[in-house]
Amino acid sequence: MRKYRSLLLVGLLVVASLFVLTACGKDKGDGKIKIGVVNNPPSESGYREANVKDMEKVFSEANGYDLKTFYSDKNDDQLQAAKGFITDGVDYLLISAAETTGWDDVLKEAKEAGVKVYLFDRKINVSESLYEAAVISDMAKEGETAVNWLLAQNLPEYKVIHIQGAMGSDAQIGRTGALDAQFASGKMKKVVQQTAGWDEAEAKKIVESVINSGEDFNVIYAENDGMAKGAVAALDEAGITHGVDGKVIVIGFDCNKWALRELLAKKWNYDGQCSPFQAQIISDLIKSGKTPANKIIINEEKGFDATTITQSDIDTYGLGE
Amino acid sequence: MQEECLLTMRGIVKRFPGVLALNGVDFTLREGEIHALMGENGAGKSTLIKVLTGVYQMDGGEIKVDGKKIVIRSPQDAQDHGISTVYQEITLCPNLTVAENMFIGRENGPMVRRKANEKRADEILNKLGIPARSTQQLGDCSLAVQQMVAIARAVDMQCKVLILDEPTSSLDDKEVQMLFGLMRDLKSRGVGIIFVTHFLEQVYEVSDRITVLRNGELVGEYLTEELPQVQLVSKMIGKELEELSSLGDAEEKNDKDAEVFYEAEGLSSSEAMPFDFTVRKGEVNGFTGLLGSGRSESVRAIFGADKVNGGTVKIKGKPAKITRPIDAMKHGIGYLAEDRKRDGIIAELSVRENIILALQVMNGMFRPISRSESEAFADEYIKVLNIKTASRETPVGSLSGGNQQKVILARWLLTHPDYLILDEPTRGIDVGTKLEIQKLVLKLAEEGVSVTFISSEVEEMLRTCSRLIVMRDRHIVGELTGSDLNQTKVMKTIAGGEAQ
Amino acid sequence: MKEKMKAFFAAFLRLCKRIGAFFGRVCKNLMDGGMAIPIIALLLLVVFNLIRDPGFFGIGIQHNNDGNVVLAGNIISIINGASELAILAMGMTLVTAACGGQDISVGAAAAIAGSAFVKVLKASSSISGGTVVLAFVCSCIVAMIFAAFNGTLVAVFKIQPMIATLILYTCGRSIAYWINGGATPTVSSPIISGIGSFIPGIPVPTPVIIVAIMTILFGLLFRFTSLRLFTQSVGVNGSAARLNGINSTFIKLLSFIILGVCVSVAGCIGVSRLGLINHETLLIDIEMDAILAVAIGGNSLGGGRFRISGSIIGAYVIQMLTITLYAMRVSSTDVKAYKAIVIILLVVIGSPVVKEKFGKFMTRLVHGRKRVSAKGAEE
Repeated sequence: MRKYRSLLLVGLLVVASLFVLTACGKDKGDGKIKIGVVNNPPSESGYREANVKDMEKVFSEANGYDLKTFYSDKNDDQLQAAKGFITDGVDYLLISAAETTGWDDVLKEAKEAGVKVYLFDRKINVSESLYEAAVISDMAKEGETAVNWLLAQNLPEYKVIHIQGAMGSDAQIGRTGALDAQFASGKMKKVVQQTAGWDEAEAKKIVESVINSGEDFNVIYAENDGMAKGAVAALDEAGITHGVDGKVIVIGFDCNKWALRELLAKKWNYDGQCSPFQAQIISDLIKSGKTPANKIIINEEKGFDATTITQSDIDTYGLGE
Repeated sequence: MQEECLLTMRGIVKRFPGVLALNGVDFTLREGEIHALMGENGAGKSTLIKVLTGVYQMDGGEIKVDGKKIVIRSPQDAQDHGISTVYQEITLCPNLTVAENMFIGRENGPMVRRKANEKRADEILNKLGIPARSTQQLGDCSLAVQQMVAIARAVDMQCKVLILDEPTSSLDDKEVQMLFGLMRDLKSRGVGIIFVTHFLEQVYEVSDRITVLRNGELVGEYLTEELPQVQLVSKMIGKELEELSSLGDAEEKNDKDAEVFYEAEGLSSSEAMPFDFTVRKGEVNGFTGLLGSGRSESVRAIFGADKVNGGTVKIKGKPAKITRPIDAMKHGIGYLAEDRKRDGIIAELSVRENIILALQVMNGMFRPISRSESEAFADEYIKVLNIKTASRETPVGSLSGGNQQKVILARWLLTHPDYLILDEPTRGIDVGTKLEIQKLVLKLAEEGVSVTFISSEVEEMLRTCSRLIVMRDRHIVGELTGSDLNQTKVMKTIAGGEAQ
Repeated sequence: MKEKMKAFFAAFLRLCKRIGAFFGRVCKNLMDGGMAIPIIALLLLVVFNLIRDPGFFGIGIQHNNDGNVVLAGNIISIINGASELAILAMGMTLVTAACGGQDISVGAAAAIAGSAFVKVLKASSSISGGTVVLAFVCSCIVAMIFAAFNGTLVAVFKIQPMIATLILYTCGRSIAYWINGGATPTVSSPIISGIGSFIPGIPVPTPVIIVAIMTILFGLLFRFTSLRLFTQSVGVNGSAARLNGINSTFIKLLSFIILGVCVSVAGCIGVSRLGLINHETLLIDIEMDAILAVAIGGNSLGGGRFRISGSIIGAYVIQMLTITLYAMRVSSTDVKAYKAIVIILLVVIGSPVVKEKFGKFMTRLVHGRKRVSAKGAEE
């Protein structure tokens, strides 16, 4: 028995070390523009996944870049990595910080070393002089676009089930704000406002409970695609029609490809997007060599309507597969 | 008379659901006496102790200390009234020092005065003649010393009444003598000691007075010197003694010609030194020796309970490989372990489940014994072995020690073993059950079952075994049969007088 | 007349006492059996809901969007929604009993199993019954491998179950992410939605039927093997079990592997409900609910004796609590706090201290009856 035990232990160690090894090593090229990217890990969300892939696609060797990346959701690790990139002598440092504070020293260091800094996705609380530009999403605008679209539908009355994401997250705050304003003005009626914490199954339970209580509603505003899908599952089981010709309007966010296909099939009505594609904008800035007049660049947000969406929209803007 | 009564309990009643555990029991303890509390398991000894120490609340009766009526609601109350207890299982912390153990839980305020405590502890240890230092880790001391530290702790808490619940069951003779010395010392200081034990000899050695309980009722209070041992036993079990003495001389069965069932050569395990051993069909043999002589370790090696290192084993003349308990079981060997609580009973499971366990294991996972069948088995053995239980579905942990032991015996008997190893089957159980078990062993042997019997009471082994293997320092040092089977010879062999 | 009234009144009083004593005994028996807490909790929730909204438990019959006749209503939502929890609670009960500890990685492992399920489904061009079975078998194997990993740490290396499973709890969802290639893949097929919601022609949600099947399978397992006895023996007293020839390492490992099957079933149901696998949210936080279900079900978390039926009822108690709170429009951020309060109450009521007090009270009731009947005999 003891013999097997030690064998097992050795086996486990080998597997573990393999994992470690694969995480190492990448070559560098010469004569290319050296880019260091500090980002959150792709496993964080579908958004981040697309964001990371987009960075890797745009800053490729074929486009004349030498890309180094570091992914962590811990601010301290990110700071260390940024310092490392500066000592490595990168030309540009691209940062999506885990936290908005603590970056002053590192950015000053970069400035002294002549490294140009671009922020993407998220702003950092530092003086604007410390970076070239910040390409960010305006979450609030995303919500506004969606709510404006909803108002444009000219429904006789709005009875909304509002399913929120994890409370306090940027996406939740941005996507909730505009709708809350409508609830406050009395233009729309809040049937229920609950957080499902991005959990599809939870969203389904929330809608189910409203259906079971017999209360009437005609809009489902879910703050991401998954929760919208959960809500729709509850509608399907209860025999309530939804989508373009249905009784209930379904709104989701994120523009996953599968969600956009639901739009194309007219089962949902609207999908808003927080665009993860900032790499091209930054690349254009780097190649042009110009410093933009306004350092804050708001990345254009998209919103798709089921009546106008096309397959090519899905292929271009859809996330995932 | 009245003023020297330290503690009087009058008409104590304690009721448990469905059982009247104590029915109007009286008990009196005088200053400076050692008072033995005797009775079979289930007689109400521990209940009475627990009422006195505040673990249970009594349902009737009164308790007076120094002539004043008191109410005991919790162990803390008992302690405040000067009643201290030292239990069978040592309840101190082995990873703390002796001093820490003596003063734990009674610091005045948040500060622990370590130096002062250690000084005080040393004083007490010296005064009582306990061979330990205050800074020693308790776990490094022998069991007897640990026991004595527990007593020292109790004494230092200014106790007037000291309860010793089976204090000697895990001690060897020398340690027992040390403990008795301490008890006599305390007695001379005026402490009243209540002494609960199963060892009759010890009662006669140390106690002044005996109170006997039976079935929750008081049988009587006697001066030790006026109550012969035989009388005491008959009062405890409520029977006259002919039955007991009839067992006296075990039939001198001569089974030297019977076929050999089990044969081991150079058998050794992680715990046992290599030894040779042979068992004949239908014989009762025994391993004897002091605690730590290796007697338990040897029989564990036979059963494959420890990791077997070497040696050859033959069963009925054919080579056999026994490395795990299940191997032994498949060869018809059963083993009743020394430590009933740790290695024997499955406390939370019912009597029925405990009885069928070994048979079920031998049947394997995919041939479960049906409910009705297992009920029949359980009922049969509850009847045959006279197991006292509320029902067959009662958790075995709530039975008295002797009945738990019978349940484990039933478990092995149900597998119809050819060879049964009984390691201390009579430890910590009452006289009546002890006799029943001895009788059962002899009956099994008559039916052709071989039995190896281990007991720390030599007399018991002499009564049942036809052959005794004597061990010393983890080696077999002698084998006694026939006329050699007497107390003196055994003692001599154990002590090593044989060598010269 | 007056005397008659008196006699009548006395008789009435006796009757009341007798009824009281009867219920006392019934309660006491249940209490001793350990089933009282889940049943009382369930009854309290039912009564509370009936007072709050008499129509709460109404069951409606309606057509769903696929045109099937299906049952709907809160009671269906509760029974349906608790399916994954109930299945996990069954396996968790076994692990708890054998190892005296809990597997806290079931949620993460379910995400892995669900991801494997989807991966196989996506690999085939069209989804037929055969593919689904194959996908389920694959997911089962994957879940069993991970369960065996946990089980090995616990049974062979003797690591505390909570610590051992902490490893998979931490990295399980990352592994699921890796299997999914970082996305949240979706599958759509009538077979999958049949598993996740309704099979055409059957008005009962399929997950409920799966729970019933699992319950029966567990029943058969205990009926036709001696697993229950062996598991309990190992859990209560491992040393004694070993000396009675039980291979406790194997029993512990087996309990984990059976839990692995449960995890796979739960994961596949979770995926099938929406036809989507989100490694971050699939059965999130379910490990705590599963452990709670075991505890509410009257099982000792320290191992030993167990009762699977108690855990299943425990799962429904938790789910009913959640649905009740949703129906009351309690904000779902607050739901957890309310749940915690109710669970504290349940656990305190189930604690030995309260049990003893309650037992004494019941004894008095029963004894009260005896005294009355004795008097009756005198008369």
